[in-house]
Amino acid sequence: MTVITPFLLDQGRPAGRAKPSAAAHLTDAQIEELGRELDALRESVIATRGAKDAAYIRRVIATQRSLELAGRAALLFAKHKPAWIAGTGMLTVAKILENMEIGHNVLHGQWDWMRDPDIHSTTWEWDFVSPAKAWQHTHNDLHHTWTNVVGKDRDVGYTILRMDEDQEWTPRNLGNPLYNALLAPVFEWGIAIYDLELDEYREGRKTKAELHRALKNLGAKFVKQAAKDYVATPAAAAVTGSAKQALAATLTANAARNIWAHAVIFCGHFPAGADTFTEEQIEGETRGDWYVRQMIGSANISGSRLMHLMTGNLSFQIEHHLFPDLPSNRYAEVAVKVREICERYELPYTTGPLPKQVASAWAKVFRLALP
Amino acid sequence: MTGREPAPDLRHSYYVPSIRLLSRLASAFTTPRSPEDFLRLVDPLASARQLRGLVTSVVPETADSVTIRFRPGKGWNAHEAGQWARIGVEIDGVRHWRSYSLSTGAGQDPAITVTAMGKVSTALVRGTRPGDVLFLAPPEGDFVLPEHPRPLLMLTAGSGLTPVMSMIRTLVPRRPDADLVLVHSSRSPEDSLFREELLELADQFPGFRLVQWFTGERDRRIDLTGTSDLDTACPDWRDRAAYACGPADFLDAAESLWQREESELRVERFAAVVAPGSGGEGGRVTFEKSDKEVEADSATTLLAAGEDAGLMMRSGCRMGICHACVTPLLSGQVRDTRTGEVHGEPGHLVQTCVSTAAGPVSLDA
Ligand SMILES: Cc1cc2nc3c(=O)[nH]c(=O)nc-3n(C[C@H](O)[C@H](O)[C@H](O)COP(=O)(O)OP(=O)(O)OC[C@H]3O[C@@H](n4cnc5c(N)ncnc54)[C@H](O)[C@@H]3O)c2cc1C
Ligand code: FES
Repeated sequence: MTVITPFLLDQGRPAGRAKPSAAAHLTDAQIEELGRELDALRESVIATRGAKDAAYIRRVIATQRSLELAGRAALLFAKHKPAWIAGTGMLTVAKILENMEIGHNVLHGQWDWMRDPDIHSTTWEWDFVSPAKAWQHTHNDLHHTWTNVVGKDRDVGYTILRMDEDQEWTPRNLGNPLYNALLAPVFEWGIAIYDLELDEYREGRKTKAELHRALKNLGAKFVKQAAKDYVATPAAAAVTGSAKQALAATLTANAARNIWAHAVIFCGHFPAGADTFTEEQIEGETRGDWYVRQMIGSANISGSRLMHLMTGNLSFQIEHHLFPDLPSNRYAEVAVKVREICERYELPYTTGPLPKQVASAWAKVFRLALP
Repeated sequence: MTGREPAPDLRHSYYVPSIRLLSRLASAFTTPRSPEDFLRLVDPLASARQLRGLVTSVVPETADSVTIRFRPGKGWNAHEAGQWARIGVEIDGVRHWRSYSLSTGAGQDPAITVTAMGKVSTALVRGTRPGDVLFLAPPEGDFVLPEHPRPLLMLTAGSGLTPVMSMIRTLVPRRPDADLVLVHSSRSPEDSLFREELLELADQFPGFRLVQWFTGERDRRIDLTGTSDLDTACPDWRDRAAYACGPADFLDAAESLWQREESELRVERFAAVVAPGSGGEGGRVTFEKSDKEVEADSATTLLAAGEDAGLMMRSGCRMGICHACVTPLLSGQVRDTRTGEVHGEPGHLVQTCVSTAAGPVSLDA
């Protein structure tokens, strides 16, 4: 039995279609062969998924929960500086792990093969204000299918930033850097509002009833999230007279998580070297073409194992975009082979340390503020 | 009637609400997780979503079967003698579910007795250790003792003894008026489950008679196409309420014998009846809600196809009796593996555990 990936598109391309410039040197046959190689790579990981991988994700989850418990416990004494620092630090790390290595990846279905209802894309809810279901739609269904296709992939600038030359300039875009700087510390709200798809509603592709439902779900999620971090935790800390300090701590932890997530996610597709595409370019796209687009449209972050863990292995953005539903702990080994394939086919493989990639993404934010 | 006031039920008036309140309070801190998700750091049985059990002992019964005793977590109900439970076990990181009869008597701690046969049973028999966690669903099934005392005949073969063993353990030592004959077929004494215990019980309790049929020694199976073997083993078999559990052909023969006698036989099957030549097409199966498509051959049930694709499919007995697996059909037709019949219209509920795709099929799952 074979699982058919939903993005399998028609074979055969209309004659004379322009390939993305980074792949212009490849013949159709080469692209087809490349597709086969990547399919085989995917199959080889699927064939060896097993108990070790299951133990990995459970270990990460247990670590995350221990950190979260310990962090909140320390915040009960937040008026003492060491407790505040330890508590805020542990809670921040817990939130980052929860959103990135656990939440993002579970919601992609990377662990569905285990058939564990406690770690499954259909049951998971994450410690993030946007409800999991709403995010799964805009992220998994839309962004991962239409990656970097200007006009189709709403993630190109998230409907508020101008992130591509092909997006028409308006004076509003002068604020690009300001908007981005303001977005970072409240990133989870940026995503939550983005997931409402207000632009789709305005253009009549989303009904009023659908928007209503989305707002209700978001409201319910927000109440719970806010009650936990901004009411329950400070209230419990009030017993030791630490309410105000605990509130400052949870605000700090959420903001720090937001800034980190924003930075990592902006390194995924915006640094120099990551291509964008036009709608005409993807017409009649084959499976091989799709793979090529994912590779040359994404950028990695190089770094230590801890770095990869804290980015939820989105530091392997290229591998993640090729195989969004393979377990994240396997991307490192996949990367070795993908890189080799890119070299052999003379395709760019964009990667760099975090500071360099962040700077590169910010440079684009500044440059595209101007026409 | 004594006219005495019933004692107030503390469980309902104070205890339960306070636990519930506490849990509500705790979840304010743990959302979007449940408090149980955090409790599991120290208690392997804690879960808001999945009933679990902790294996307390694993005792070999024969060369290829063991009895696994477990302590279930909150949410389990005490079993009736003869009932079965769904048991989930992880093999290579993937959870698999099968049904197993509970072999201990009613009121005793639950245990299953598994005979290594295929993928899951072999993993359970060879791989289970005390301290392991099993995933569970509460006991169910109506292969149980009659409500009122009656003379009984139990007809079992191989691992089919397990639910009947539970009945024997429940009835024989506790009821002086028990009148039970067990006719059990197995290859050899070494292959025979619970042999020592059965011999002891037969020795100790006059109301229990044991007839062992070793196919190796007799060089033939018990013949249920006629009545002569039964007449010898249990002359008054016609006057007894009869129960049978064992392999499919054994049960088929028993059922038609009792049908000819126009009396009732209660049967427990461990495997679904598969209609001969119910193969056929197979096809592409679309799981609409989960947005997954798989190519399934004619030997793969829709349930297995969904599970192999990583979906959380609902299931129970996996043999077409409990209807836990029913899923609305959106389009296409399915083949019932028990009858070979091809059926289905949009909106029909199909039992995915005994259905295969007959051409392209789309399910609301
Ligand atoms: C209500 C109920 C109660 C059950 N109680 C018990 C029990 O107490 N003890 C126990 O060991 N099993 C019991 N079973 C059977 C059990 O659920 C599994 O079907 C069995 O363990 C085989 O699973 P497997 O994964 O090992 O085999 P699989 O890998 O699924 O199958 C291996 C092969 O064995 C065949 N097979 C499966 N079961 C049988 C069988 N009974 N006889 C002959 N061939 C078979 C299959 O058709 C298949 O070809 C019960 C089943 C049901 C429905
Ligand atoms: S699982 Fe019991 S009928 Fe299908």
